[in-house]
Amino acid sequence: MPERPLSPHVTVYKWTYTMTLSILHRVSGIALFAALIVSVIWLMAAAGGPEAYARAMSVLASLPFKCLVAIAVLALCYHFCNGLRHLAWDMGWGFERAQARRSAVVVVVVTLLAAVVLIYALFRVGAGNA
Amino acid sequence: MSLRTPLGRVLNHGSARDGVSHWWVQRVTAVALAPLCVWLSLSLLDLPTREYAAVTAWIAAGMHPVLLALTVLLAAWHGWLGLSIVIEDYVPRSGQRLVLLLLSSFVNAWLAASGVYAVLRIALRGAA
Repeated sequence: MPERPLSPHVTVYKWTYTMTLSILHRVSGIALFAALIVSVIWLMAAAGGPEAYARAMSVLASLPFKCLVAIAVLALCYHFCNGLRHLAWDMGWGFERAQARRSAVVVVVVTLLAAVVLIYALFRVGAGNA
Repeated sequence: MSLRTPLGRVLNHGSARDGVSHWWVQRVTAVALAPLCVWLSLSLLDLPTREYAAVTAWIAAGMHPVLLALTVLLAAWHGWLGLSIVIEDYVPRSGQRLVLLLLSSFVNAWLAASGVYAVLRIALRGAA
């Protein structure tokens, strides 16, 4: 067997909330992949004509799907904010432990604020016609 | 003392030239997607209703088809790169890993093609 570098064994470290944010970036990314599938199906329905669109909307406007849409919006807000944090790190900014912890708090607060506003606005518009 | 030849040892570690391209393209697509996501979110919220006529009219208007097609294309590309990393990190068995990597590639290619096709079909219907 060739000797290759191993990934860090994360279980030996003391837990910090920045670790949770790190894995949530991947979790939200996977959620957004699912959301992309649904979005493309929705676009295909719109391309298929009014009947196909109405059929798709009757499913998408149902309560369980609205919950999933809300989760997708939350995932988008988080992946967006934390993605900007990752891009800042790529530029070499904010790598100090105190900075990374502070930016983690900022990401969580901005994510929750943006998600609440977006979800509220989305369903307020939807309530008029759905 | 290793019996491996110097050439075998070098090949084992792969080329040093394309290792960074996966990382770089992931960043390029992220930077491009950020403003597109803001635009798309604000636009969807700005729609007065979510009825067929209003939605398709918005999709077909002005530069919207170009931006929408770009969004779907870049999202599928970015998703393909991201999912690949997750699969490579968490699926230890090479057979399952290969199947999932192929599946992710095909689904993301389907998403990119379908999304662009749907946007073009809606946009060109008005023009025809």
